[in-house]
Amino acid sequence: MDLGEEKLNEHHLDEKEVVDVVVRFAGDSGDGMQLAGTNFTQATALYGNDLSTFPDFPAEIRAPVGATFGVSAFQIYFGAEDVTTAGDSIDVLVAMNPAALVTNLTNLIDGGLIIIDSGAFTLKNLAKAKYESNPLEDGSLDGFRVLSIDIHKQVLAAVEPFGLSHKEALRCKNMWALGLVMWLFDRDRSSTTKNLKTKFANKPTIADSNIAALNAGHAYGETAELPAGIHVYKVPKAKVAPGTYRNITGTQALAWGLIAGSELADIDLLFASYPITPASNLLHELATRKEFRVNTFQAEDEIAAVCAAVGASFAGSLGITSSAGPGIALKAEGMALAAAAELPLVVVNTQRGGPSTGLPTKTEQSDFNMAMYGRHGDAPIPVIAASTSVECFDVAMEAVRLAVKYMTPVMLLSDGYLANAAEPWKIPQADSLPSFTVTHYDDPADFNPSIRNEETLARVWAKPGTPGMEHRIGGIERSYDTGNISYDPTNHQKMTELRRAKVDGIAKDIPLQEVCYGNDRGKLAVVGWGSTFGAIHQAVKRAVAEGLDVSHIHVRYLSPLPRNLGELLSNFEAIIIPEMNTGQFIKLIRSEFLVDAEGVNKIAGQPFKIGEILSAIHKKFKEIREEV
Amino acid sequence: MNQALPTLTLKDFASDQEVRWCPGCGDYAILKAIQKLMPDLDTPKENQVFVSGIGCSSRFPYYMNTFGFHTIHGRAPAIATGVKLANPELDVWVITGDGDGFSIGGNHMMHVLRRNVDLQILLFNNEIYGLTKGQYSPTSQVGIRSPSSPTGSIDSPLSPCLVALGSGGAFIARSIDTEARHLTEVVKRGHEHRGAAFVEILQNCPIYNDGIFEKVKDKKVAPDFRVEVVHGEPLTFGKENEKGITLNRTSLQLEVVSVEGNEDRLLIHDETNKTQAQLVAAMAGPDFPVAVGVLYHEEKALFIDDTQTQVEKARSIKKSSLEELLNSGHTWEVD
Repeated sequence: MDLGEEKLNEHHLDEKEVVDVVVRFAGDSGDGMQLAGTNFTQATALYGNDLSTFPDFPAEIRAPVGATFGVSAFQIYFGAEDVTTAGDSIDVLVAMNPAALVTNLTNLIDGGLIIIDSGAFTLKNLAKAKYESNPLEDGSLDGFRVLSIDIHKQVLAAVEPFGLSHKEALRCKNMWALGLVMWLFDRDRSSTTKNLKTKFANKPTIADSNIAALNAGHAYGETAELPAGIHVYKVPKAKVAPGTYRNITGTQALAWGLIAGSELADIDLLFASYPITPASNLLHELATRKEFRVNTFQAEDEIAAVCAAVGASFAGSLGITSSAGPGIALKAEGMALAAAAELPLVVVNTQRGGPSTGLPTKTEQSDFNMAMYGRHGDAPIPVIAASTSVECFDVAMEAVRLAVKYMTPVMLLSDGYLANAAEPWKIPQADSLPSFTVTHYDDPADFNPSIRNEETLARVWAKPGTPGMEHRIGGIERSYDTGNISYDPTNHQKMTELRRAKVDGIAKDIPLQEVCYGNDRGKLAVVGWGSTFGAIHQAVKRAVAEGLDVSHIHVRYLSPLPRNLGELLSNFEAIIIPEMNTGQFIKLIRSEFLVDAEGVNKIAGQPFKIGEILSAIHKKFKEIREEV
Repeated sequence: MNQALPTLTLKDFASDQEVRWCPGCGDYAILKAIQKLMPDLDTPKENQVFVSGIGCSSRFPYYMNTFGFHTIHGRAPAIATGVKLANPELDVWVITGDGDGFSIGGNHMMHVLRRNVDLQILLFNNEIYGLTKGQYSPTSQVGIRSPSSPTGSIDSPLSPCLVALGSGGAFIARSIDTEARHLTEVVKRGHEHRGAAFVEILQNCPIYNDGIFEKVKDKKVAPDFRVEVVHGEPLTFGKENEKGITLNRTSLQLEVVSVEGNEDRLLIHDETNKTQAQLVAAMAGPDFPVAVGVLYHEEKALFIDDTQTQVEKARSIKKSSLEELLNSGHTWEVD
């Protein structure tokens, strides 16, 4: 199906009260937009809105000042109802320079608000953004609300008492802009003030200057004579379940889920990894958590990382490795060794745009096939995918559980969007999480490394250091009976079938597939996996509100599939499958269940928009009606 | 109460698996020497772990009645690092060959040596790929004819000990497959070394590269073609120990001289001197004898110990529960 897009007709800045808003902070990669965005997010969470964020930064660490390819942006969608995406289009754009304006303007709604730092609209910067005339003067912004302020000048005045250098003073621009946006949405600045004091604890003058800039931006909104149609907007608080909440990114949730998994399994973790965007933050997060049962190892390459993890598992810990597409490709042989030797291993793939280096900082779901089939030999492994930043916590625990219970490598799929996006999380009670304690085998009577649990088909895990457990394993095919090397043809057939049956059998140990929105039978099912969850959820919700008979099914367990999935899908007349690839999961669904599912495919390095899924739903219903 | 370890013998370390190297392979002698050494090491049998990659030498763990992991081509040093990180109490051995260790696995070898991971690395160097049926290896001499170099190899070989030195290895030694006493002594010293102990073992492949080390092995001629280095002793060789090695202080090159008349100029082996170790390790025929013994040894920071220190420090400073972790930082209540 061709990818279309419908504009969602629900954002408006005419009223004083709005249900939900999308704000995007955009500037140079050195302008501190991510810091402004995360502080606004925190204040918004404390205010009581539901929210979702999307940091969108370039691969270049410090691109030339003013360049369009160096624009770094932070988008937040917040509102009074459930928010599951970072928003289709922008209501309020903060543009710190011409490049930030030109790269984001097309996504701004008609009548949207642009806050512009006119101090950065110099001839030089306009030229870098390839503007032939100044958009502040040529009327090209007439369809929008424009608040053009010389933030350069405002900031220099605000921080003047602190005696900073000109360059240092201008670095407070982001806080000035943040102060103004906080005024616009009635946010409390105290959490940001506290953060600045902590961040610059050793540089009190810098902290004070930034706070002064923040307050000055806020005061500007309160006191300045603003153009008509620009005023404080009220966004009602969201109705959420009572409890303790925090904001969490997918990376953080995944790291903490692995830590929780180690506690629940009562086992040490060795996290071995090699830096790669966007997966490195997982290594960074775990490297600071060694007070838990975690050790981290930055290996010399991707292969060494997976191999060290496999070695740790052989020694009785749980080895975990993590990477993005190109790195996962290098780990294939190590994963197959773990599958052959039947050792637990968790492999986290934070997918990015491919192939090859592709789009390192952008998101995609194009490693599905590699996750499912990317090993030599018949080497099936369980594959599970997180659908939201928050869900990364549960999925990480589940990966640990499956790996140690079934003595198998497990592939956990996340992606660049989930890794960096943050959303509020109702913190679970740690003591309510179900444990799955690991016991290493230690009975020397008739011991061999191929003794199996009849139910799970997992072999015993006997670790070095245990008397009487001395044994040899490896990549060569083993005898089903003794665990020794075997080249016997019937044995190889038996062992290959055993490895398949072991993974297939996990289907008995995972939840049945549920419908996450809508009825469990009907006209149309939108079936997704991974980070498309948010956009599908919103689109299906809107379609149901229009009266359409459509349901949302989101699959976490990709291998093995939930045992009722085929039956569930047969309850629908039509199925569409949105994926951020050219159609990978859909081939599995079509071949496995012989259903005529249709793909909706976006390969742009960006998450789906709600309007894109909604457009696909409408197209499908039009087809269904025409057929009748 | 301390219980004395039961007395074990060579047989306790031999597995029940039939050894399947070719008749006459140098690996048999090495296996026997290591099995015989095991009872003398102050390590319980259940703590001994042999990790290997792929190749003839890498079948070694199957024949040891200890823990063994026969892994994938070239990756044994990385896997062994993971084993040792998971349980520093284990006594971990890496068994590898010239192709496994320095061709496909060269990167891991370099890094395990520079990190000084506490392992014994035994590299069986037969200057050929045996298991894949005789192609030239990264240590093969230029000109060698093999199935993949029918008109002679044009690849310049590397010296395992020199690469190990250049990688920052802290214990570098060389020995010979059939010299059981020498091999055992060298490996034993490597075992005593805390950190990565690298031992190159010159090993004969009777099928694809027979006799390449004959001159350093044959008792009749070996005295003229090898020098056994001993810390603090002069480098002398020859049937009557009549030849010696000296350093030309103008050219900074080694020279072979007669001992007589040059007693004061003979090079005294100093295994702690890296510059000297590089010169001695590089000695090769036809102009020089091949040096065997401990070529270099230094005390160097220990990767596994330092990792443990960081982990223990983190755990002593911050005692944290999962509950505390989940609730750390900014949280808010919704009533």
